[in-house]
Amino acid sequence: MRPFTYERAASVEAAVKSAAQTPNAKFIAGGTNLLDLMKLEIETPAHLIDVGRLPIAGIEDTADGGLRIGAMATNSHVAADVRVRSRYPVLTQAIVAGGSGQLRNKATTGGNLLQRTRCAYFYDTSKPCNKRQPGSGCGALEGLNRNSAIFGASHACIATHPSDMAVALTALDATVETLSPSGQARSFSILELHRLPGETPDVETHLIPGELITAIVLPPPPAGGQVYRKVRDRASYAAGLASVAVAGGNLALGSVAHKPWRAEKAEAALALGSSPVEAIAAELAEATHSSRNGFKIDLLRRLVPVAVAQANGGEA
Amino acid sequence: MSSVLDWEATPNPVKENRAGNIGKAVDRYEGPLKVTGTAPYAYEVEPPSPPAYGVMVSAEIAAGRITAIDTTAAEASPGVRLVWTHLNVPPQGPRPERYDFFTPSPRPALQSDRIYFFGQQVAIVIADTLENANAAAAKVAVTYEADAPMAIFHDHLDEGVQPPGEQDTEIGDFAAGFAAAPVTIDDVWRTPLQNHCQMEPCATTAWWDGDHLTVNTSVQMVRFAQNSLAETLMIPAKQVRLLTKYIGGGFGGKGSFYEDLVLAALASRELAQPVKIAFTRQQMMHGTVHRPATVQHVRLGATPEGRLTAMSIMTVTHCDSRGNFTEHASNFARSLYAAPNRLTGHRLVRMDLPVASAMRAPGEASGTLSLEVAMDELAEKLGIDPMELRILNEPDVDPETGKPFSIRQLVRCMREGAQMFGWGRRNLVPGQVRDGRWQIGVGMAAAIRGNMLLPAKCSFSVDAHGVITVRQGMTDIGTGTYTVLAQIAAETLGVPLGDVRVEIGDSELPPAPGSGGQFGAATAGSAALDAGMNLRKAITEIAVADSASPLFGGPSQDITFQDGVIAIANRSERLADLIRRNRPDGLTADGEIRPAADARNWSQHTYGAHFVEVGVDTVTGEVRTRRMLGVFAAGRILNWKTARSQLTGGMIWGVGSALTEGNSVDPRYGSLINQDLAGYLVPVQADIGEIDAIMLDEVDDKANPMGIKGVGELGISGAGAAVANAIYNACGVRVRDYPITPDKLLAAIMAR
Repeated sequence: MRPFTYERAASVEAAVKSAAQTPNAKFIAGGTNLLDLMKLEIETPAHLIDVGRLPIAGIEDTADGGLRIGAMATNSHVAADVRVRSRYPVLTQAIVAGGSGQLRNKATTGGNLLQRTRCAYFYDTSKPCNKRQPGSGCGALEGLNRNSAIFGASHACIATHPSDMAVALTALDATVETLSPSGQARSFSILELHRLPGETPDVETHLIPGELITAIVLPPPPAGGQVYRKVRDRASYAAGLASVAVAGGNLALGSVAHKPWRAEKAEAALALGSSPVEAIAAELAEATHSSRNGFKIDLLRRLVPVAVAQANGGEA
Repeated sequence: MSSVLDWEATPNPVKENRAGNIGKAVDRYEGPLKVTGTAPYAYEVEPPSPPAYGVMVSAEIAAGRITAIDTTAAEASPGVRLVWTHLNVPPQGPRPERYDFFTPSPRPALQSDRIYFFGQQVAIVIADTLENANAAAAKVAVTYEADAPMAIFHDHLDEGVQPPGEQDTEIGDFAAGFAAAPVTIDDVWRTPLQNHCQMEPCATTAWWDGDHLTVNTSVQMVRFAQNSLAETLMIPAKQVRLLTKYIGGGFGGKGSFYEDLVLAALASRELAQPVKIAFTRQQMMHGTVHRPATVQHVRLGATPEGRLTAMSIMTVTHCDSRGNFTEHASNFARSLYAAPNRLTGHRLVRMDLPVASAMRAPGEASGTLSLEVAMDELAEKLGIDPMELRILNEPDVDPETGKPFSIRQLVRCMREGAQMFGWGRRNLVPGQVRDGRWQIGVGMAAAIRGNMLLPAKCSFSVDAHGVITVRQGMTDIGTGTYTVLAQIAAETLGVPLGDVRVEIGDSELPPAPGSGGQFGAATAGSAALDAGMNLRKAITEIAVADSASPLFGGPSQDITFQDGVIAIANRSERLADLIRRNRPDGLTADGEIRPAADARNWSQHTYGAHFVEVGVDTVTGEVRTRRMLGVFAAGRILNWKTARSQLTGGMIWGVGSALTEGNSVDPRYGSLINQDLAGYLVPVQADIGEIDAIMLDEVDDKANPMGIKGVGELGISGAGAAVANAIYNACGVRVRDYPITPDKLLAAIMAR
């Protein structure tokens, strides 16, 4: 770990101001991912701005029947909220499918969205990784890439986004609220938060430097059932091999791309009356795979129709 | 030398168990310290003065040499006290050509510019704080000339050689027997490289007092490590005191020791200051040892009635380029089933991979994953219940040596397990039982693991309060050694458990070989029993000769020890009173155990039977265990609770071997892909449904004077095979390439 300085931000405004003024600063909230990365010197911030105690941890009803979830609300708190459980069960299911109980108690809503990939080549500093060290190459491309992306990957990076929660939020059409260093608040669809890797896999979001996520806003739940299904090697504390969030007619896929993957082609096919089998086939038509992750295509072909049926009242 | 027949004929307090301490579910002696975080593990031991901290730098190539190593920036880094590489490390004893677990020999660190495996330690940085050491270690710049590593085991299977000093074992004519067999199985199973993943990484706190060294470290074998360290440092062993009081898991991976111990000792001498060095989790994966991968070719031939006529397991495995460790995955089969024509053996491929060595049940853990599935496949082919097939082929004597079994209750394990588990209610046709999205299946497998007794010593003392202290250079790697030694002492001297102290993990105590090969409890405990008997004798002599004692005049042979009271007929006094009067400074007796001269006249093993119920999601290929039962026969059980914990721990590891555990080699780098516990998947709580281990009443009088045997390695043997067999019963698919992960199972389900 490199030496760094630390401050506890007094307010949201002070946090973004400090981020704008301090070179190589990073926000820290739960720290469940950042601290590991700092120990391995994958992240080497010179300054940490602790936003973990800012008063943006509440969950409140919105006027239109949705919910605003403060960015510092912990994963455990959100998953247990009775409104989330009753109106957005897919979100509770996704959150509890991620991490472990201890991690969820610390991890925050904003931090969860910004966690970094679990690609082994990203974590092993002796290996090339364009995300960790731009220009060094991609170790996974010709390597042990069982957990790599099948959508939207580039020759520079085939890593996946590891969040389960983000997949559910993507299916729920969530909006991200932020405060930028200039003091300007803005809000945008969660679909616009994360980027595909392209040539710059080290740049993972469309946030501007120093911009802080302050809340996630959920619109009223879509009509229809919800479910989150995650396939993993062991029953808990394991990255997904693939996952799917169903919320009414909305579908999002996890562990398949550099960002939570909204399955728009499948949704369109479903809306036109296609069967779930046909719908996911339409989405998977554009999937590509590396040497060891082709099974994800078969897996989703089988999993998604079952999940859609389950959301619609079928057997779990 | 003694005979096992003497052991059998001689009564002793452990066998008689009058106070009932033996077999009882006694809580761990050191449990409160561990659960309150107050047991000082090696890295946490407070040295006599403030320590410096070491961080090791590891090689980032798998083969080749260091062409340059620039330590200038590291040396100039804040707080740095020293930086050593192969160019300036102090002289150490030379590495032997070969080494093993039992012969002490030097283990020098940072020896040359050659790199033999990825993760080999190439430099050490010592600084005033751990943070400064870490920061400086990152500044050590190493330039390599890398060779292409030979790292793809499966590409070199044909290059395997006979392990040194071994040969294939053939009984009868396997080829002819197999060719003539009307029903055959002929398949290949693969098991992956596995890491131990002990909770406590290897770590050392070292300091010197003049020319005397004290090291607190985490090793399974006290005397071996003490002597090997002394030889490495080229000083007499008596100048080295090695302490290893609390150990956070060993599993074979701490059978030897690593650079943390050697470099902490050297650096603390150089700096005249205590030094602490620990491996990181990432360094543990490459820089210590692992269980090597295997490819096992199993061939079975049987009559239509289910009698095995031919049986063979041939294993190919790998070790490091300078090693000779062999994962003996075929050996257990030599004693398991009767078959007139038999062939077993191993081939070893030396590779540019980290060092292969022992990991829990070396041999059995891997080997049962093939043969015990092959038996299931054969049973299905024959239309015979897989348990009945095993019983049909139960041998009367050891099928290879012809020696009688000391005791063999394998069939009883299977029968009783079947009864308790409800084996008879299973559906014989795969894929017929469903619970929601899960297809349910059950499977079983047999377990076998050899038993050993090694030489050991022990001492027992009694003080003026009647408190017994057991002293032994033994280790407790989480197994329960502290606790069972206390039980043996309490039972032997007739004192309450609370009046026993146990001191182990110290090279100044009477030597015992340590923990490994499931020989620990039998070996250490038998020496303890002998020490206890000698102390009884010494106490008796004092009592009958003390005119102030009600026991004065004897007869000695009638003396009893119970509840802290010694008595002859109706004359009694407190043990503490006798000692206070006669030996106010206490009384000590020594004891020892040696293997019996005729011990090898019997074929001696521990046995078990596993029964498992799994759910398979045939949509996703996910497998979850729902129910596991193991029934074991392993001699007299000293402590129901710690033995059961060891057995269920082994069973859970079997689930991991079947379903999740394994490390893959990236052949371009010769390195392992999983370097932490988020990537290397051992089972978590949620992976294990109901689990239980039953221990049959058994005494193996030929094992040792107590009739006990080990259980540390028995639980894993066969457990993974039972899971694989249950998967087949659930969904009708077999995957012979472990672990059976969803991607592999899904491919097999789709290909069906």
